[in-house]
Amino acid sequence: MKPRELAVILYLTLAIVFIFLPVAILVQYSFQDGLVPVPPFRGFSLRWYERMLANRKLMEALGNSIIVGGVSSFVALTLGFLAAYGLARGRPRYAGRLQFCLMAPLTVPYIIIGLGLLSAFSTVGIGRSLVTVGLGHVVINLPLCFAIAYSQLGEHQANIERAAHDLGASDLQALLLVTVPMLWPTLLAAFFIAFTLSWDEFVIAFLLSKFDVTLPVVMWNMLNSGLNPQLNAVGTLVFATSTGLVVLIAALLLPRSRNG
Amino acid sequence: MRAGGVGGLTRLTVLPALLWTVLLFAVPLAVMLGISFTEHGSSAFTFDNYTGFVTRSDGAFLGALLNSIEVTVIVTVLSVPLAYPLAYVLAYQTPPRWQRVLLIMLILPFWTSYVIRSYSWLVVLSKNGVIDRILLSVGLLDAPMEFGNSRAATVLGFVHFFVMLLTLTIYANLVQIKESYRKAAADLGASPVQAFLHVTLPLSLPGVAVGAFTTFVLAIGDYITPQILGGGRELLLPQAIMLQIERRADFPMAAALSMILMVVVSAAYLLFARHLKMERV
Repeated sequence: MKPRELAVILYLTLAIVFIFLPVAILVQYSFQDGLVPVPPFRGFSLRWYERMLANRKLMEALGNSIIVGGVSSFVALTLGFLAAYGLARGRPRYAGRLQFCLMAPLTVPYIIIGLGLLSAFSTVGIGRSLVTVGLGHVVINLPLCFAIAYSQLGEHQANIERAAHDLGASDLQALLLVTVPMLWPTLLAAFFIAFTLSWDEFVIAFLLSKFDVTLPVVMWNMLNSGLNPQLNAVGTLVFATSTGLVVLIAALLLPRSRNG
Repeated sequence: MRAGGVGGLTRLTVLPALLWTVLLFAVPLAVMLGISFTEHGSSAFTFDNYTGFVTRSDGAFLGALLNSIEVTVIVTVLSVPLAYPLAYVLAYQTPPRWQRVLLIMLILPFWTSYVIRSYSWLVVLSKNGVIDRILLSVGLLDAPMEFGNSRAATVLGFVHFFVMLLTLTIYANLVQIKESYRKAAADLGASPVQAFLHVTLPLSLPGVAVGAFTTFVLAIGDYITPQILGGGRELLLPQAIMLQIERRADFPMAAALSMILMVVVSAAYLLFARHLKMERV
């Protein structure tokens, strides 16, 4: 028993070291007191954070990413939830096939989705912009939001909706006053998952944007012009923000999973 | 259930999502398929992009496809056995109080920027970087060495990402397997190893299949990791696609290469399909 426990702990420790290694080095070199973020580490400095905050392109991209992520996730969640509701409650014919169609984008690499959209947009003469990036991000997040919402629309929830109907609620009232409030932790979690995916998505954003770009694209451009500790500072900031979001999602989902 | 209330109009709520998927996913793919059969610079119909893929004298495209398949298979084969024990320990041998904390710990770096994460591996693997110094200090290396810019670095960057993803999907599957099954196996005289091999493992395979397929699709379509870590000595298919667009502005060729990538992914889907229950993802 003892050696086995030891092996388990050793494996876990090694795994955590492996998983955190790049992040630890990233954070360390964001404080690099030198021009390049490569060894040796020269000591503590906050100047790359100052540079980052003064970098207008970077800050604009940060704002763009928040807008594109927020709007596209909201659209994806709304469409995904409505579709899940229609499939779960309306029980249309061909429900299985409809579901397959809605989930299909999950099985296609982002680069193909991006190039497809680029082909279609340039064929009909739609120019590249943050709007087209957002349209693409809805395509990749819609199946996820749909799947998450669909998995939570079971018999238990249907019974509660039926009770609402019996008490005289219309379909719309039951949907807005019963179903949505009942599912809000799930819906909020789906929103955040979609947001983080959009926030971090590179290839579609790269192919479909032109002058205004999102954060991953600007970081990519910076990276191509040479290693720069500003990138470490941005990376650290992004990591800290996402950590906050993940803790928030966990806190939202925690009470639910404790009950069932 | 009431006959009139639910149904009818409720079904229509599927329409916006379906319309979106058709207009912005299916139609664009069809347009791209059409473009892949046109000549670069004109819109004349041609098979050249596809025949060129096979017959190109330097074999660059065919090579990129083979490299992509090799790297993706290596990554999937390495990631699954690394992630499974993690998910297993987490699901069965960690006190429930600690499970969530550990799970969040194990996937936190998942949420750092993808571009930045690949780039940090470059720093970790650089000359005199952490890996270099560890190997030097234990005497495995005589002189500092650059580990980045290689296929091994690409594989490492991928494995790092997918171990996190797979731990999550396999864990989610393992915790759904009822404890009573394993107890029943033990009551019937199975050793822990037998119980694992005949009960837990087969029941967890759907989760493994979903995770492995996701790994395959995401890895084979990824441009960032090989571009940052691979060092440019060999091309993977997404890099070849982006080269057509950025350097040559040869959209038809990029479209044809994308279609070939699509065929590979579809073949993988069919291969995994028996174990995939997409409706339950």
